[in-house]
Amino acid sequence: MFALIRAGARLRLRAIFPPTAGFPMIDPTLPPHMRPDKSFQGLILALHAFWADKGCVVLQPYDMEVGAGTFHPATTLRALGPLPWKAAYVQPSRRPKDGRYGENPNRLQHYYQYQVILKPSPADLQDLYLASLDAIGIDLKLHDVRFVEDDWESPTLGAWGLGWECWCDGMEVSQFTYFQQVAGIECSPVSGELTYGLERLAMYVQGVENVYDLNFNGREGDEKVTYGDVFLQAEQEYSRHNFEHADTAMLLEQFRMAESAAAKYLAAGWNDDKSRHLMAQPAYDQCIKASHVFNLLDARGVISVTERQSYILRVRELAKACGAAWLATAAGGAPSAA
Amino acid sequence: MPDLLLELFCEEIPARMQAQAADTLRKLVTDALVERGLVYEGAKAFVTPRRLALAVHGLPASQPDVHEERKGPRVGAPDGAIQGFLKASGLASIDQAKIENDPKKGEFYVAHIHKHGRPTPEVIAEIVPAIIRSFPWPKSMRWGRNSVNPNTLRWVRPLQSIIATFGPETEEPEVVPFEVDGIRSGDVTRGHRFLSQGTIRVRRLDDWLTKLEAAFVVADRERRKDIILNDAKDLALAQGLELVEDAGLLDEIAGLVEWPVVLTGSFDPAFLDVPDEVIRATIRANQKCFVLKDPATGRLANRFILVSNLEATDGGKAIIAGNERVIRARLSDAKFFWETDKKTNATVPLEERLAKFGNVTFQEKLGSQLERIQRIARLARELAPMVGADPDLAEQAALYAKSDLRTEVVGEFPEVQGLMGRYYAELEGLDPAIALAAEEHYKPQGPTDRVPTAPVSVAVALADKLDTLTGFWAIDEKPTGSKDPYALRRAALGVVRLITTTGASINLRDAVKRSIVLHVIHGMRPSNGYPSIAAYYDCQHEEQPKPDWNATPYSLLLNADGFLDAKGSDAAICQAGNPDLGSDPESASTGELRYAAYTELTNRLETLDSVYICSVFDDLDNPTASYLEVACLFVAQHSWLDKAVNDLATDLLSFFADRLKVHLREAGARHDLVDAVFALEGQDDLLLVTKRVEALGRFLATEDGRNLLAGTKRAANILRIEEKKDGVSYDGGVDVVLLHEPEERALADAIAALGPKIEAALAREDFEGAMGLIAGLRAPVDAFFDKVTVNAADAGLRVNRLRLLADIRAITRQIADFDRIEG
Repeated sequence: MFALIRAGARLRLRAIFPPTAGFPMIDPTLPPHMRPDKSFQGLILALHAFWADKGCVVLQPYDMEVGAGTFHPATTLRALGPLPWKAAYVQPSRRPKDGRYGENPNRLQHYYQYQVILKPSPADLQDLYLASLDAIGIDLKLHDVRFVEDDWESPTLGAWGLGWECWCDGMEVSQFTYFQQVAGIECSPVSGELTYGLERLAMYVQGVENVYDLNFNGREGDEKVTYGDVFLQAEQEYSRHNFEHADTAMLLEQFRMAESAAAKYLAAGWNDDKSRHLMAQPAYDQCIKASHVFNLLDARGVISVTERQSYILRVRELAKACGAAWLATAAGGAPSAA
Repeated sequence: MPDLLLELFCEEIPARMQAQAADTLRKLVTDALVERGLVYEGAKAFVTPRRLALAVHGLPASQPDVHEERKGPRVGAPDGAIQGFLKASGLASIDQAKIENDPKKGEFYVAHIHKHGRPTPEVIAEIVPAIIRSFPWPKSMRWGRNSVNPNTLRWVRPLQSIIATFGPETEEPEVVPFEVDGIRSGDVTRGHRFLSQGTIRVRRLDDWLTKLEAAFVVADRERRKDIILNDAKDLALAQGLELVEDAGLLDEIAGLVEWPVVLTGSFDPAFLDVPDEVIRATIRANQKCFVLKDPATGRLANRFILVSNLEATDGGKAIIAGNERVIRARLSDAKFFWETDKKTNATVPLEERLAKFGNVTFQEKLGSQLERIQRIARLARELAPMVGADPDLAEQAALYAKSDLRTEVVGEFPEVQGLMGRYYAELEGLDPAIALAAEEHYKPQGPTDRVPTAPVSVAVALADKLDTLTGFWAIDEKPTGSKDPYALRRAALGVVRLITTTGASINLRDAVKRSIVLHVIHGMRPSNGYPSIAAYYDCQHEEQPKPDWNATPYSLLLNADGFLDAKGSDAAICQAGNPDLGSDPESASTGELRYAAYTELTNRLETLDSVYICSVFDDLDNPTASYLEVACLFVAQHSWLDKAVNDLATDLLSFFADRLKVHLREAGARHDLVDAVFALEGQDDLLLVTKRVEALGRFLATEDGRNLLAGTKRAANILRIEEKKDGVSYDGGVDVVLLHEPEERALADAIAALGPKIEAALAREDFEGAMGLIAGLRAPVDAFFDKVTVNAADAGLRVNRLRLLADIRAITRQIADFDRIEG
């Protein structure tokens, strides 16, 4: 029987398949300032439209400085507990250490992540993701999209998951994760998380080599606004701030303040028999605060290797306590109080 | 004979896990089948990024029937025993049992149990779900709605569908029905993610393969590898270039595609200024692409090979353009790193560059990388004359060797460490020996890696490895069992191979001791001096935290003579302030003990600091001596410290001896000869041990050698028995007056005459000569055993003859412990 496994010549079929049914393509009637391949804002609008159509709550960015879209309570906290949840949002992400004074065409200390969280993870999540690429103008008959192993871990959030980095023609464009644990708590059910690197994707679909050259508003001539027009000065100013001038004494104090405030709110939020918590979100804000302050201190180079570990552990302890508190709230799925 | 086809279809399996998973699936399923009496003719596993499959060929349709005879109680046994027997054998009544007769036991019951074999599909439906549920993925996960269930299925990534069909080749096979966590087995799968649509119905292996192939999936991993390799070579050839083969990369890529389509792209030739290895590392690590070289020059060409998973409608133009874009960005980074490094090296002096290593910890208890570099440089200087290297050059090379670790290129691509050191040294116009040592000093990395032979490289390579070994020995982080996190076995084998290959004559004990003293001087010392740690032990401050004595890096040094274990002292020092302390802290004797121990500890710490101070101040009495020499002399003057350093050295030397044993055996030397030589004391010189083992092997191959071995072993055997019986040792002191027989006199004379000569030959390290000399003993030994009765009636004669035998043992032990040699 095994003789039948022959090393036959492969077929060289090209383009005989009809376009994938059901995949939305870019609407050709859209004006450039709305089109995902012509403007940065159009990319965001297309993703909003796509995920709104899939039943997501389209949220706005969280109003605090965070290192990644995962920190938004709509992901970190909502990933915990039994209640279903679907959300999509843009989250400005701050990575103080990645500042390059606006001189590197690919690195920014402030950039945008597009974040989608679906709980429980749907069975067709990969197909949904691929359809979203199609919706922003990546033709899956032309481009080589690959799911390459990448296990995600956030030591500060006490979180990990398995999944992939998604490659398009050799470039990483998204992160795809099935959350297994968040805030040290097993996810039950498991959420699926998609994170799109918006600048990278936009650079790809617009065919631009330098992030600052991205067309932001899709207009041409005098009306054109580039990514550089919007953010270059900010990158320069914040790089100076992050590396040279951020007040370290103040930041060290802020870290301590955030830490103790979180502990205070956590303690105050529990009811008498510890069955309900009434202030999980304000406490979690302080955890976010501590995490960002730590990132700034790290960028300033005032944290030694051994201290680094202990700061990360301190933030993680806060995240864990907030996660435990969240599970004792209504949105965290706690049974309604008698 | 029917066949089984099994396919587990899931979301993308990590490439690195695929080969192992296929193997495991085959083994688990076939083992389980065989265990249940289902013997098969052949089995083959398949794996792609999205499926794990197994075909088992030539299975029986059902398990064989089993006939079992079960003996029961004797006829007329109590009812309890009968009932128990019925229950155990599954009989309805005792009438169904046969009665047999045994001459001893009499009549007893026997149950004849027929078990019909179950149909194979039923067995498969039982074993496969269990294997899926307990499949040993390196990492597995939960997903979807079912993840709320604590017993939910775990798989490497979400499992989507299962094929399980069973049936003979000539018939329509049946689906083996089972369910795992809501996934029902069936006969349906999917083809390529993008190139195929809808579902595919399959019957058995052959049409599974054919239909998948038509749906753009090459299921066989080896075939995908062949396709990639051949197409890549063809594409290279078509461009007049040669593929730089990379087996690891090929394995990985074969795990990333179901339908390999090999394409080629290019990059700006200006990037070729960057060293080939860096270009290759960039393109390989980030893009998983192959590089191409020009066969005429051997240098890289500005082209690469990429493997996509898609027959694109534009023939791959967009895919190539996309990959070129990313490679351009990555190579720009690499070029920027390379240019930055060159600029830094040209403008910042080495000393200043090295100073930055002061902020990098090598190991918490062993100080910074800078201190490590200082130690290695100093040790390389000491070792240089022994390996024929210029000391200044060796020291400079060692200082330079690690400097590439802080460069941008190595920061990005750690795999080119050493190599970049060589490039940078060449660009800086340094001595070629320094450049070579920068690259070679990491070698040899394992039992088969090349051993450097250039003297400067050897000096730095030895110093680097010795420093690592002595450091971890001093802080008691030796390898244990299977745990060797710092790869110390590899480092020690490296030392062994460096010495035996180059023939360097090195006093290893001395080198090890010097290396330990260097640790005391650079790295171990707390920034405010050794005495600062005694402050913790001040008995007056009982509220201070109890120090963890074992956590101090110097406990092995300070405590080698066990002074802290002396009664009371350790408790007094380590547990001052501990109210649970057994002895009364108020009593005068406890106070005295504590005071004495505290004083001794302080003195010892002061001594360690004085060792360090040797490196800071010149010795005015001995201005030409190096600081290390002065420090070593100082160490030798303090018996506790000398002992500590020596003990550590002895322990480490025995570790080297073990590595050498393994090395010699692997090189083909007889293990008994190796043991016979190592049984001698003070075998510190690895090269001499090797030479001695070789000479011994040659000697024992001669007739004299074999006979002398037999005679010596006979002497040793007799001695062992008699010494045990008498409870004494007969070593030494033959009484010449009591030598009656001419043969025993001749033997004694021969031993007396040969002893000093052999000693002299050994002192000259002339093992062949020593073996030749000892061969002269063969005739007198043979004659002695022929003519002389050892266990003479006269007690005086007997003792004297035993002493003569002991002399044979002693003189042969100058060469080796013959008793341990087989034959």
